[in-house]
Amino acid sequence: MKTFRRLRRNFEHGVHPAHHKQQTEDLPIQRVPFGKDYLMPLGQHIGVPAQAVVTVGEKVRRGQLIAKPGGFVSTGLHSPVTGTVREIRDFRGVDGRFAPAIKIEADPFATQKVDADSALDWESMSLDEFIEAVQMAGIVGMGGAAFPAHVKLSVPDGVKIRHLLINGAECEPYLTTDHRLMIERPEALLEGAEIMRRKLGAEDTVIGVEMNKPDAIEILRQHIKPDQPVRIVPLKVKYPQGAEKMMIKSVFDKEVPAGQLPRDVEVNVNNVGTIVAIADYFLRGMPLIERVVTVAGPGVTYPANLIVPLGTPVRDVVKFCGGLKPGSREIIMGGPMMGRPIASLDVPILKGCSGVLVFTAEQTAERKEYPCISCGRCLEACPYFLNPSRLARLSKSRMFDEMKAYHVFDCVECGCCTFACPSQIPIVQLIRTAKDDLTHRKEPDA
Amino acid sequence: MKKQDPDLLLFHAPLLRQGMTTPKAMRDVIYALLPATAASLWFFGLSAVLVLGSCIAGAVLAEWVFANKADRGESLRDATGVLTGLLLGLTLPPGLPLWMAFLGGVVSISLGKIIWGGLGHNLFNPALLGRAFLLATFPIAMTTWVPATGDAGFFSVYSSNLALPFMQASVDGVTSATPLGMLKFDNEVTPLMNLVFGKTGGSLGETSGLLLLLGGVYLFLRRDLDWRIPVSILLTVIIFSFVLTLFDATRFPTPQFSIFAGGLLLGAIYMATDPVTSPVTPRGAWIFGIGVGVLVMLIRVFGGLPEGVMYAILLMNAATPLIDRYTQPRVFGRGADSK
Repeated sequence: MKTFRRLRRNFEHGVHPAHHKQQTEDLPIQRVPFGKDYLMPLGQHIGVPAQAVVTVGEKVRRGQLIAKPGGFVSTGLHSPVTGTVREIRDFRGVDGRFAPAIKIEADPFATQKVDADSALDWESMSLDEFIEAVQMAGIVGMGGAAFPAHVKLSVPDGVKIRHLLINGAECEPYLTTDHRLMIERPEALLEGAEIMRRKLGAEDTVIGVEMNKPDAIEILRQHIKPDQPVRIVPLKVKYPQGAEKMMIKSVFDKEVPAGQLPRDVEVNVNNVGTIVAIADYFLRGMPLIERVVTVAGPGVTYPANLIVPLGTPVRDVVKFCGGLKPGSREIIMGGPMMGRPIASLDVPILKGCSGVLVFTAEQTAERKEYPCISCGRCLEACPYFLNPSRLARLSKSRMFDEMKAYHVFDCVECGCCTFACPSQIPIVQLIRTAKDDLTHRKEPDA
Repeated sequence: MKKQDPDLLLFHAPLLRQGMTTPKAMRDVIYALLPATAASLWFFGLSAVLVLGSCIAGAVLAEWVFANKADRGESLRDATGVLTGLLLGLTLPPGLPLWMAFLGGVVSISLGKIIWGGLGHNLFNPALLGRAFLLATFPIAMTTWVPATGDAGFFSVYSSNLALPFMQASVDGVTSATPLGMLKFDNEVTPLMNLVFGKTGGSLGETSGLLLLLGGVYLFLRRDLDWRIPVSILLTVIIFSFVLTLFDATRFPTPQFSIFAGGLLLGAIYMATDPVTSPVTPRGAWIFGIGVGVLVMLIRVFGGLPEGVMYAILLMNAATPLIDRYTQPRVFGRGADSK
């Protein structure tokens, strides 16, 4: 019976890319030395950009607030280094667009220490105070989406959260940041989990970990205190196991209704990195000013797991790892399935950046695209049971409105369809194009 | 930007892909057909080589002539022309005049595929469309079956193969009948073992059920075919003929005869599963397969023709867009009723 339930613990469909984690999964997290220039874009989370509260020429301390939230779906921003604000203007961002950012020059003689005496009395905070504290700490979803964490905490009246689900799946190939955090900082993770669970009023905490990280599962199990209502759930290795709705299906066997949120099935999902950031802020007073980044891929000389201050240029990170190997062709921020390619080594590491992956000619070879032969592999890959084949055809014909009937907006752009397509059709791109058009198109005046 | 930076590409994610490509999938089908093709050489000798070769030559030539000048080489490299020619050839009688086989290959590609917009756009299975064309145009030659070469040796060629274009096809002194024909017109049943191992008359590729199944298993293991389609076709045929034998065991064929006689296995495993012309949705695949199975039995048992696989598949091809439309999968997080 137990085996039977273990087998059922899964979501349907999905794909099985080689996980490529061998490069970095056994490498301890190291700290990158401080450099000279740091660039903090004001909009590095989903939602409204933050508003700068410093001026050019001002001296800032590491961990000092440099921008306040620009609205509810927005977070604070803190200086990653002690130094001087040099510029506040539009810089070219990760996506190639110009957006406002604060440039800080580090003081080469500063100790770069954060005042370590500032643990917060989270237990006596009301929920509203707690939410505001999380917002001011600048904590966002660290898995890649960078959705402000406090927004998920504010649950409407009448909705009860029963389970806190911690996402340690890390289903993207190459990435090992959550894996290393679980191994190296299990206490922080469990402390953060306890803070979150108590504040949410949830009954228990469930940590979902893919079974290719048995060491992490073992270490976490050893660190759970007897009185802590924490369960570790090993999950099948399958992409996208770490998509929150897939993980809820795997762990609780519940489907989050389309267009609704995990809270509608009484679950709150947070990434491992986010929970550790919560612990760091409330127990050690450190806002979100650095994060763990996996630097890997066939083009990196010395792959590594690094603690990188936010705003560090990718150039410095790559240099610390021995530079690019000859033949490096493309750099992806995030994972290889959903990450973004960057056009320049000067873009900074952001809150949502879990990896810097360098690829060579093999992964970036021009792929001959064939017509869709309706083989159905994409239908069998799509974890949302959409019909990517049809969506791609409609998008190619620019029949975007028809795509709504095929639930184009239910697509989370996980890339399974494109991974599975034998005709090498860029299905995700076609779907994104359609979504963009449907969202931003100006309707002609009636 | 400093000089030593490499020029970075901006290929969008996902950068990783699984290894299967469309040309590879097409080539897999050819590999799967090799045992059955070898069997046709064994049974029908050089004639089989000539007929299959003519079909493939016709198909590849049409592919080359009608392709865009820009990607002429590409459209040949994806192997679909060769595959269509081979599939067509395997459905033809061994004694067919070679010029007809060649013409069939040309029609398969030009009217079966190119005219619809090329690979991925055709409504009907190209090979079967070519065969339907041949059957309508040359009904006598297409239904003249010769016995296996047997003792005459590999290098004996049926004289009808060499008939000149547009002259009446000369028919060999000895003709044979297909198992289905014998059942329909003479009420004579072929022993099952002969059907399984291919010791019967019939078209080139349909005689050996065992080798066709073998190729099917290969395709299934390579995940190149939607298993639902052959399974649903064969199950439907088995159930249909089992029910019929309950009424009259002497008049109607047994399930095992229905499976192994005629082109059912060839059609169910290699033609109905053509991804382009079969439904893309899982539920649609079941409906499609059941439809083919029912039509096959209706034509075989109640129709005027001994064999119905070709028309059954072509008819269900025509229904495919409709089936696809009404069998959209249920979307995650949406109830079964929401469309």
